[in-house]
Amino acid sequence: MDKGNMKRREFFKISSVAGGGLLLGFSWMTSCKQAKVKAPAAVAEALEMPKQWYEMNAYLKIGENGVVTIYSQNPEIGQNVKTSMPMIVAEELDVDWKNVLVEQAGLNSKAFERQVAGGSQSIRQGWETLRKAGATARQMLITAAASQWEVDPKDCYTENGLIIGPEQKRLSYGDVASAAAELEVPEEVQLKDPKDFKIIGQGKGNVDIDGIITGKPLFGLDTKREGMLYACVVRPPAFGQKLDSFEDSEARKLTGVKDVIRFGDKIAVLADSTYSAMKACRFIEPKYEQDKPAESSIDHDKELKALLEKPATEHKRNDGNTDKAFKEADQVVTRVYEAPFLPHNCLEPMNFFADATGEKVIMHGPIQTPAWARSRAAKILERDESEIEVSMTRMGGGFGRRLYGDFSDEAVEISSLAKAPVQLVFSREDDMTAGTYRPASKYKLEAAIKDDKIVGYRMREAAINRNMFDAIAHFFPAGAIPNLQVSVMKHDSNISTGAWRAPYTNFLAFAEQSFFDELAEIMEVDEVQLRMDLLEQAKEPAEKDEKIEYSPARMQDCIRLVADKAGWGKKGASVHQGISAYYSHNTHVAEVAEVEILDGVPTVKKVYCAVDCGIVINPKGAINQIEGGIIDGIGHAMYGDFSFDKGKPSASNFHSYRLIRNQEAPDIEVYFVKSNIAPTGLGEPSLPPAGGAVANALYKATGKRFYKQPFVKETSILG
Amino acid sequence: MPLYQLTVNNKSLKVEADEDTPLLWVLRDHLNLAGTKYGCGVGQCGACTVHLDGKATRSCLLPISALKAEVTTIEGLSENGDHPVQQAWKEHDVPQCGYCQAGQMMTAASLLKQNPHPSDAEIKEAMNGNICRCGTYLRINQAVKTASKP
Ligand code: FES
Ligand code: FES
Repeated sequence: MDKGNMKRREFFKISSVAGGGLLLGFSWMTSCKQAKVKAPAAVAEALEMPKQWYEMNAYLKIGENGVVTIYSQNPEIGQNVKTSMPMIVAEELDVDWKNVLVEQAGLNSKAFERQVAGGSQSIRQGWETLRKAGATARQMLITAAASQWEVDPKDCYTENGLIIGPEQKRLSYGDVASAAAELEVPEEVQLKDPKDFKIIGQGKGNVDIDGIITGKPLFGLDTKREGMLYACVVRPPAFGQKLDSFEDSEARKLTGVKDVIRFGDKIAVLADSTYSAMKACRFIEPKYEQDKPAESSIDHDKELKALLEKPATEHKRNDGNTDKAFKEADQVVTRVYEAPFLPHNCLEPMNFFADATGEKVIMHGPIQTPAWARSRAAKILERDESEIEVSMTRMGGGFGRRLYGDFSDEAVEISSLAKAPVQLVFSREDDMTAGTYRPASKYKLEAAIKDDKIVGYRMREAAINRNMFDAIAHFFPAGAIPNLQVSVMKHDSNISTGAWRAPYTNFLAFAEQSFFDELAEIMEVDEVQLRMDLLEQAKEPAEKDEKIEYSPARMQDCIRLVADKAGWGKKGASVHQGISAYYSHNTHVAEVAEVEILDGVPTVKKVYCAVDCGIVINPKGAINQIEGGIIDGIGHAMYGDFSFDKGKPSASNFHSYRLIRNQEAPDIEVYFVKSNIAPTGLGEPSLPPAGGAVANALYKATGKRFYKQPFVKETSILG
Repeated sequence: MPLYQLTVNNKSLKVEADEDTPLLWVLRDHLNLAGTKYGCGVGQCGACTVHLDGKATRSCLLPISALKAEVTTIEGLSENGDHPVQQAWKEHDVPQCGYCQAGQMMTAASLLKQNPHPSDAEIKEAMNGNICRCGTYLRINQAVKTASKP
């Protein structure tokens, strides 16, 4: 039983949406048409554009020539949902993928339930709905054909965009689209048997590929609109400061500068080009005063350490009797793991377009949470949400940063103050220093060992601003160890923090998987064996415990698969292997990293990865995500270093902040556990285990354990 | 404001801009060639890579007044998106978010011009200056390899 998928949402009201859609159309559909969202060049060439479109429901329309447009509802941040979500619709519609065009849908809360890119949930939560969207339209097309032939729809079936009736009668979807669009939307529809899938499970290329390789303006930063001004903003350089006054006469003299406007503690410079706006910001002379405490990471370190030792005020999980287990233990192992703040560093810096001057407010740009952006804009402008149109561009990365619409708020506010359409642009320095950072955190992990068994386990989290999501407390090793306690403490800070790709688990997984590696060594068992044994013990408790989401059996399958593919324990003495396995975002992942000493430097050469994400929608995109997550995980574990001194960020650009580069990326082999279970997401799950796999392999290669990230700061041996 | 005459993608163009304006912003804002990306502005990420007389160069650090060469951007790399590098990028489905990829492709195309059959190590070295925040490095290298085949 897969609990991750038990809480299925009810089928959304596509019927009503579709019913209305046929007659009313949607404002965003019109706006899409006006904006002439260009189809990828190669597809556009191959396909004759239809003269007439028939809207089947909010997700798709069909042309009289059989060409289909599928709207992708969720924001595209590089997780490839703009390809994989429409694949699901196309599968159930039963069309040839060659005849499908994909367009990004704008924000439409009436038509779509969840237009968010976050938590690796697009595929998991969209699965049923997207299938039904395709299947509903298919059923309507069959009904339309059957009534034209005057036969029973039950005697008809579809194949690649054709309806086939008795005596091999044939009609194409295009032939009946106009009649089908007039029909009642069926309540119940038949979904395909997964064994009949023709598109799902096939590697399909990115639908935007032609635009990307030819440099088309697909991204937010590429936005250009009539009469638009560029805005850059001078923000307080340190957290805790507020703007007192400023001098702008020099800035105003520069070519292209149109206006300088104070809003709150910030100063917006408006100009006719990006460079003029950026440059003019350097000519503003602001004076700041200390408003709130000027915080430093050194002090956070002390605070968090102290919190690890204080009596816990909040337990997230408390099984058995940990006090007793620790008292009676033969041996207690205690380790502390420490994580720094991290900026997101999307390669495309934050930006947003807003035009608050007209009857309709237009918001356009890269945002993971368009609905939130709209509701905040409504408050800022004191206008009704219905007067605000939001559309999303392709995004140059998200990683959680674009969940927070501080930039869309700023764009809206500046546009309204300047009375002009405004493209707000963050410089890289703005992006890195006005972030919403991964909070610094520390974990104390303790194990009580008795008679060669782990009988007690304590995990204490001390974090800046917020603690782990409740669900995480019930991840492994919950269920595997009878006396187990998860407790959390936090330290409030004025530094803005938030979700960073795989929140909490991006570091916690490293801590935990390093800890179990050390326990295996202490207990003198093989690291893979220890994990397999603990998962075995977790099976029964996990069945009974509603809160435990992960499946011990599925995790064992991943570990078995990765150990097999990596040849665990069978490589020669020069290859040092480390294992790590972690469930997050409803997906199970196990990784083996291999370190070799090259020219005296321990080097991560290879990572093997086994994943159970249920049905794999698009293997091409899936493998890309998994590779990227692993490289990201390794990069930040090795190099990611960010801190504050009196509220001021330690780095402002890539000369002072190290990101993983091409030569440092290991080879990666990805394997999927074969499955017919409903799919789960892949934007995050391969990241959390990566740091632990590498740390465990580095230990084997060097004899050094890592307790703190980034690893390069802990030792000089890593080069 | 001074007037500059430049050649971009084989077209001769005139641009009025402040002399310190980096080529990157002239391309993006003045010439509507937004394929060349801004990532850092300090020569660290490679997102802004263009060709100057065929050689990969960071456009974010080059003031328009210092431009002495012919410029090729991603929009001009080929007429129909069929440069071997572009084709290989498509074949390997390299991009995730796609933001870094114009810069990656321009670096790759320049590498292959100078060294048509680079070794794996040479590919990694040549591509090391281009950051991909999404971590598509493995596919980038495979695509360069494919594009280098006759
Ligand atoms: S924008 Fe030029 S190197 Fe980063
Ligand atoms: S594909 Fe996103 S930065 Fe390279």
